[in-house]
Amino acid sequence: MVGYLVVLLVVLAAAAYWLGRTRAIASVNGDVARLHSLPGQHGMFLALFAAGPALLAIVLWSLVTPGIESSIIADRFASELSGMGVPQVEAFIRDARAMAFGGLVGFADPTKEAAAALYKSVHATSTWIIWTVALVLSASGFYWAYSRIAQAYRARHVVERVLRAFLIACSVVAILTTIGIVLSLIFESLRFFQQVPFYKFLFGTHWSPQSAFTGAGAEAGAVNEDIFGMVPLFAGTLLITFIAMLVAAPIGLMAAIYLSDYASKSVRAVAKPVLEILAGIPTVVYGFFAALTVAPYFRGIGESLGLNVASESALAAGVVMGIMIIPFVSSLSDDVINAVPQSLRDGSAGLGATKSETIRKVVLPAALPGIVSAILLAVSRAIGETMIVVMAAGLAANLTANPLEAVTTVTVQIVTLLVGDQEFDSAKTLAAFALGLVLFCITLTLNIVALRVVQKYREQYD
Amino acid sequence: MTDAISSFGAVGRPASIHTDDAAKARLKGRYRTEKWFKWLGAAAVALAGLFLVLLLSTIVTQAIPALRQNYVTLPIDLSAAKVDPAKLDEVNYDAIAQEALTAKFPDVTSRQDKRLLRGLISTGTGVFLRKDIAADPGMLGGTVDYAVPLDDFADLYLKGLLADVGSDEAISTSVTPSGTSGDIDLTFGDDAMLALARGHGATEGENGMFTLTSGASSLLVAFNGGTVKLTSLSPAANGTVIAKGTVIEALDSTAPAASGQAFLRVIETPEASRKISDKVIVWLDTLKSAGLIESRFNSIFFFTGASREPELAGVWGAVVGSFLTMIVTLAIAFPIGVSAAIYLEEFAPKNRLTTMIEVNINNLAAVPSIVFGLLGLAVFLNFFGMPRSAPVVGGMVLALMTLPIIIIASRASLRAVPPSIREAALGIGASKVQTVFHHVLPLAMPGIMTGTILGMAHALGETAPLLMIGMVAFIVDIPGGFTDPATILPVQIFMWADFPEAGFQQKTSAAILILLVFLVIMNAIAVILRRRFERRW
Repeated sequence: MVGYLVVLLVVLAAAAYWLGRTRAIASVNGDVARLHSLPGQHGMFLALFAAGPALLAIVLWSLVTPGIESSIIADRFASELSGMGVPQVEAFIRDARAMAFGGLVGFADPTKEAAAALYKSVHATSTWIIWTVALVLSASGFYWAYSRIAQAYRARHVVERVLRAFLIACSVVAILTTIGIVLSLIFESLRFFQQVPFYKFLFGTHWSPQSAFTGAGAEAGAVNEDIFGMVPLFAGTLLITFIAMLVAAPIGLMAAIYLSDYASKSVRAVAKPVLEILAGIPTVVYGFFAALTVAPYFRGIGESLGLNVASESALAAGVVMGIMIIPFVSSLSDDVINAVPQSLRDGSAGLGATKSETIRKVVLPAALPGIVSAILLAVSRAIGETMIVVMAAGLAANLTANPLEAVTTVTVQIVTLLVGDQEFDSAKTLAAFALGLVLFCITLTLNIVALRVVQKYREQYD
Repeated sequence: MTDAISSFGAVGRPASIHTDDAAKARLKGRYRTEKWFKWLGAAAVALAGLFLVLLLSTIVTQAIPALRQNYVTLPIDLSAAKVDPAKLDEVNYDAIAQEALTAKFPDVTSRQDKRLLRGLISTGTGVFLRKDIAADPGMLGGTVDYAVPLDDFADLYLKGLLADVGSDEAISTSVTPSGTSGDIDLTFGDDAMLALARGHGATEGENGMFTLTSGASSLLVAFNGGTVKLTSLSPAANGTVIAKGTVIEALDSTAPAASGQAFLRVIETPEASRKISDKVIVWLDTLKSAGLIESRFNSIFFFTGASREPELAGVWGAVVGSFLTMIVTLAIAFPIGVSAAIYLEEFAPKNRLTTMIEVNINNLAAVPSIVFGLLGLAVFLNFFGMPRSAPVVGGMVLALMTLPIIIIASRASLRAVPPSIREAALGIGASKVQTVFHHVLPLAMPGIMTGTILGMAHALGETAPLLMIGMVAFIVDIPGGFTDPATILPVQIFMWADFPEAGFQQKTSAAILILLVFLVIMNAIAVILRRRFERRW
């Protein structure tokens, strides 16, 4: 229904554009040069006022109504819903909505049907309201703008100001996203920390949230605070990241050095795309490769050496993650190495140094801040990487430094806690947000430090 | 000084620290280091290339079998007695197809074996048959030859992926059976079979008897139109060997087979470590040698939705879901991203707000993708109450994730347009907005498009944030709109990779191949755009 309204408004806008243009031309009897603004700008002005406010109202309406509608339902059926937990109430309202819109639900009872009927009528009312409001806004906007169109009217200024406001609004989306991330993470984490004290979360060494609820009878539903210790997850993440960096840092750095200082043009023409393809492969593909090829391979090698390698070893996940990060390290280091001025290399060569001596003793020290920052960014990437570890690392939180054992990571646990059936209020799901907050803070800190390293220690040439 | 120089010439160069033996050795060492360093660099590049080749070749070799599916052609009885044309919806088509299959093997009588036999064809057979009859009612009224998809294990066996089967070898001695069905004795003319059994993992018992357990290779002897599976062999008088065996396919007669008339087939993979029994292998081979099995292009995989049965699982639902999601992402990220880039590059004054926006954009580009999923879950699903598993929500989350990529690429592209263009436009009286939208933006468009396509390619391969907003649900129907529950290609890959059935491994690789093809196409378009339209100023 509201879809039709949007289409109608678009048609109205097109009509308004044409009308505005015509009126502007008519106001000067066809002598366009006498207009302050171009006829098209008048048309745009009219279209903006005819459709803009109404469209804004629709956006606002579609954001607000679902909440209002569900609160009305919850209010009317308060007596039936009393005694139910938040998740059950949410499920009830979801089912009622699904029934009202002709969807399928698991099972229906008279209460739900009544709720669905109410939902339908409430929704009909709210649709009716938005139609009226949108049409009134559109008509009054049109009327106001239409009456303004005249020879001297500065339609261009209005249109350009609105456009500029739109551009600013688009730029602010980036800030809003950040705010959204920070606020949602913090709010959910605070709710989690009300149930589990944060020091137990940060410093506890036992993690098994699947058994979050212990006790029976009066104690049923009480949260066991001691099973939300994130130290094993953090240790697992660091272990896998460390292995990944052992693979990615030397290979990526050496590849960057070779490609920028040694490789012939033809080698570069092949090697650069290879690295780009490696960077473009989706992480889920790496995960599949890790789980089905690399992990059994390592296991086989381990068996032939008499070692006991877990089928979800940290080694397999870490090595594949390292492969994934190679192009990241190499492209960042490539930029940094290329930024070292040629005069330094020439000076070193003039003193009789070989190429490798130049690189090791002149170029690399000069590029060191950039390389450190590249490695830090790669570490941040490895810590936040999800799919490879979800598919190839373990689920059990072992506190170990042995790369042959299975460990779990922060991202794996976020996915395990949030995928599948969930109640949104339980400590289990809220723990995922607390983990997300930790993850966000770590990566943010790493990025800021990386930026600072470059800013503070960069040598100023030229 | 001049003396000194002339004396140098006369005596020859005295050993200086730059030319003495130690220096020469040092120089050699330095050159060696140089070479080493260079090779190390080359090795790093080669290693990266090797990883790529390894990854792609693993996936391609695994994906190729999934592109074809084996069908068995069965004479299906669709006469009015079986299928009432008036009640087409009430017919059990699966049973009719299964009957046609069991009719091929009249000597399979036990209930257990019959169930095993019926399991050879896919459980989706009835659905296909019904659909085809609805499309072509002319099939009704008689017996038609109809190609039925095989079950995943049968299909995998025929592709050679489940068991290691040797070719038939003629037995160079006579074979005499004691019966035609059930457990029988076979008498071999010489004791060559004993050595063979030992070589294939038979366990040696008392009196030189060899027992073939399920941990050993299976030895099948085919003669007189039937097949016998050997269970144990023991030496007998006159150098002959008496073997006990179970008849899998009934023999025509108890007549002894002459030398070269009986054939031995060895299934190297022990029965205990494969998921297909000897019986099923024999049945499938019989069907195959009767020319009833046909390998076709796997249209089920490309054009149907998800399924729990590997042979019925398709990617079309996921492809459609990905497509819908990408439309939403593009519709949101492109206008907002380009607008933000235009503002920051062309209009923004240098102030606190714009600095903050820039810092934010750079930070967002480095935020782990899973955090965007948490944002989507908390804000879009829980706060705004949007539907779970819907492409519209997935698209919005991916749009927020792609936004920084598009903004950064668009800004670089706008910056590359030389100021002379702007000055010329302003000089002939264009307003700032007109300058940007009529002159600068069209010139920057190729670069912006390239950046956008690369950002979209990145979004297309993204999985983690979509797991958070419930796109991991098992959805059979092909999504019809932006709010229908849907899954997307990378998530489908993730789910299939987790399924234990062997058939899904090939499907996963094939789905990955499809995803990679899409990515290659998008990147190729980006490269072509860059080559053709990007101007160097």
